[in-house]
Amino acid sequence: MYRYDEFDQTFVDERVAQFRDQVARRLTGEIPEDAFKPLRLMNGVYLQLHAYMLRVAVPYGVLSSRQLRQLAHISRRYDKGYGHFTTRQNIQYNWLKLEDVPDVLADLAAVEMHAIQTSGNCIRNTTADQFAGVAADEIEDPRVYAEIIRQWSTLHPEFSFLPRKFKIAVTGAPNDRAAIKTHDIGIGIVQNAAGETGFEIFVGGGQGRTPVVAKRIRGFLPKRHLLSYLEAILRVYNQLGQRANIYKARIKILVNTVGIEEFTRLVEDEWQYLKDTALDLPAAEIERINAYFAPPAYDTLAHDDPAYEEKRLTDPVFARWARTSVHAHKKPGYAIVTISLKPVGGIPGDATAEQMEAVADLADRYSFGELRVAHEQNLVLADVRQRDLHALWQQLQAHGLATANVGLLTDIIACPGLDYCNLANARSIPIAQRISERFADLNRVHDIGRVTLNISGCINACGHHHVGNIGILGVDKKGTEYYQVTLGGSADENTEIGKIIGPAFDEHQIVDAIETIIGTYLEIRKNGESFIDTYRRVGLSPFKETLYATH
Amino acid sequence: MPLIKDGKIARDPWTRVAADAPPPDDDALLVPYEIWKEHRDELLTRNGRLGVLLASDHPPQLIAEDLDRLDLVALEFPTFKDGRAYSYARLLRERFGYDKELRAVGNVLRDQFSFMHRCGFDAYECADATAADGWAKALSEISQVYQPSTDRRRTIGALRHQRPASRTDSAVPAAEIVCSSWAY
Repeated sequence: MYRYDEFDQTFVDERVAQFRDQVARRLTGEIPEDAFKPLRLMNGVYLQLHAYMLRVAVPYGVLSSRQLRQLAHISRRYDKGYGHFTTRQNIQYNWLKLEDVPDVLADLAAVEMHAIQTSGNCIRNTTADQFAGVAADEIEDPRVYAEIIRQWSTLHPEFSFLPRKFKIAVTGAPNDRAAIKTHDIGIGIVQNAAGETGFEIFVGGGQGRTPVVAKRIRGFLPKRHLLSYLEAILRVYNQLGQRANIYKARIKILVNTVGIEEFTRLVEDEWQYLKDTALDLPAAEIERINAYFAPPAYDTLAHDDPAYEEKRLTDPVFARWARTSVHAHKKPGYAIVTISLKPVGGIPGDATAEQMEAVADLADRYSFGELRVAHEQNLVLADVRQRDLHALWQQLQAHGLATANVGLLTDIIACPGLDYCNLANARSIPIAQRISERFADLNRVHDIGRVTLNISGCINACGHHHVGNIGILGVDKKGTEYYQVTLGGSADENTEIGKIIGPAFDEHQIVDAIETIIGTYLEIRKNGESFIDTYRRVGLSPFKETLYATH
Repeated sequence: MPLIKDGKIARDPWTRVAADAPPPDDDALLVPYEIWKEHRDELLTRNGRLGVLLASDHPPQLIAEDLDRLDLVALEFPTFKDGRAYSYARLLRERFGYDKELRAVGNVLRDQFSFMHRCGFDAYECADATAADGWAKALSEISQVYQPSTDRRRTIGALRHQRPASRTDSAVPAAEIVCSSWAY
């Protein structure tokens, strides 16, 4: 993984000192809250309903075991002993005291981490495929380019006061696990006819109150032009993006207003001035960053480990977990493991300090001391020998981390909602908890099969409800929480926005409504058909009929 | 409004022309773009120095042809959150080759000095007179930069590719090729 050198370390240390000074000036009253707000936001500090919240950047979701232990330590020392992994591959602490934040940032800097640009109208943490570097379908490792973008975008002098926040995602595989088309800029690594790798660039995707699938602005961009092309897009947006109305300020609105052809022309014109300048990305720099992501020292193993196969045959509970949590690895004899942070009745994405420490230990023992955060709010051990899977599973069980529901109905994405967030209209967490309790029977969940269920507590869509196969959006109707249901969304390479099925449900009806939708699917599915396939075949109406007939 | 140049409070020799008044006969006139647009030909015949003030929805292309006649361009930040002028400043310096005074006016705050300086501003009208005291610190508290900009500071990338091959960090291979295009 990427390691800080003295330049990166000096930078974060200076940044901690700078914020320590700003907090001191705030606490003495020298800086009033309105002037302090932009300063704290640039360091990831929000003022939420009950306390300060700190959002820590986990660049493209990659963590070392040492970093995860430090995150556990921070949660124990300064918070309530847990942290919340987010859909942006970051981690949030919800109960911090402002006067402690400089010390938290210093603890983060000690393990090469920070909270810079996790908030504010700037370029946010660049996200990537959580299976980067190990996926069998990968063309090239997207982390290399996510790291290059991270450095370029850090305290960018021109783009720190954009019309609105700006999110970039990178995938290196044709099967898109990074949801790139729901981002302001989505970057896919592709190969051209000559066999060279470069980038396919999408622009103007996003969720929020106006969900839009990103449009292609360039089919093939040679690697060395990556930063100049991004700078051209950002410069056009910085000048022409709407600033008067925050709901129309994202780049997707600009792209839709001027049209993708005109937007492309503006960017290409700007780029003529920026390409072949100091922004040019030399092969030596790509090589230098690439070396950090060199594969670990894998053992030479057979393709299918007999011990793993035998355990699956003899231990059905293990086999059930393996079916959902274990994914194909590009190296023979190895596997990728997703650790579900979605236990029955739990809060999606939450992990206690003890769980974080346990996962750090397991990463050391079984996966070269590294792990990833997935945007589905789970953790990933990317390099586990197949022969170790059974032992790993047993130890995960001991820490409540072996729920066999990854990719299934109860692997729910949910935002913090009204329990924490001052933007929310409705609670998300209790709805997620009640759905997972209703569907606590894993045999049933496995029978239902692959389906995504995403919950947002307001139209800002942090819970990605638009792109869930089943989406739930919390709304406020005259002081009462209601939940609007959408069907048919998806966040992969066939990204689609879900359609609203009909009138919203109150908090007592919503779990029944989900059960009715699932029941309808089970009735009408054809052999081997997943929920989304059935939906694409039949559309909304069968679901609508059963849902509203009973109400 | 105090004017900060080179980290010090400076005397401001410029007279700002009010929107509804005819241009006075001062030596140095700072003319808002609306008035400039209307009286440009007449103003260009003056012997005195001229400057133009652009609001945040006035891109610098509007005055590109006149830049060789201007000694001051002022770019307005109606609020510190409106970052359009950062792009305008870079365009003026890097694309149009403007090399006279480039002044930030409006909601100019100490904590933005460093960004502004990097984008080519060299003068700042700042409501907070004490901000000048924090000038040096604002520019130096983050000592290195990651990306090239108008200030042509050597980036971390440039420094990395020029340093000697010995390293303490063994995880990094010695791909120590000096690469001139990455460096300014």
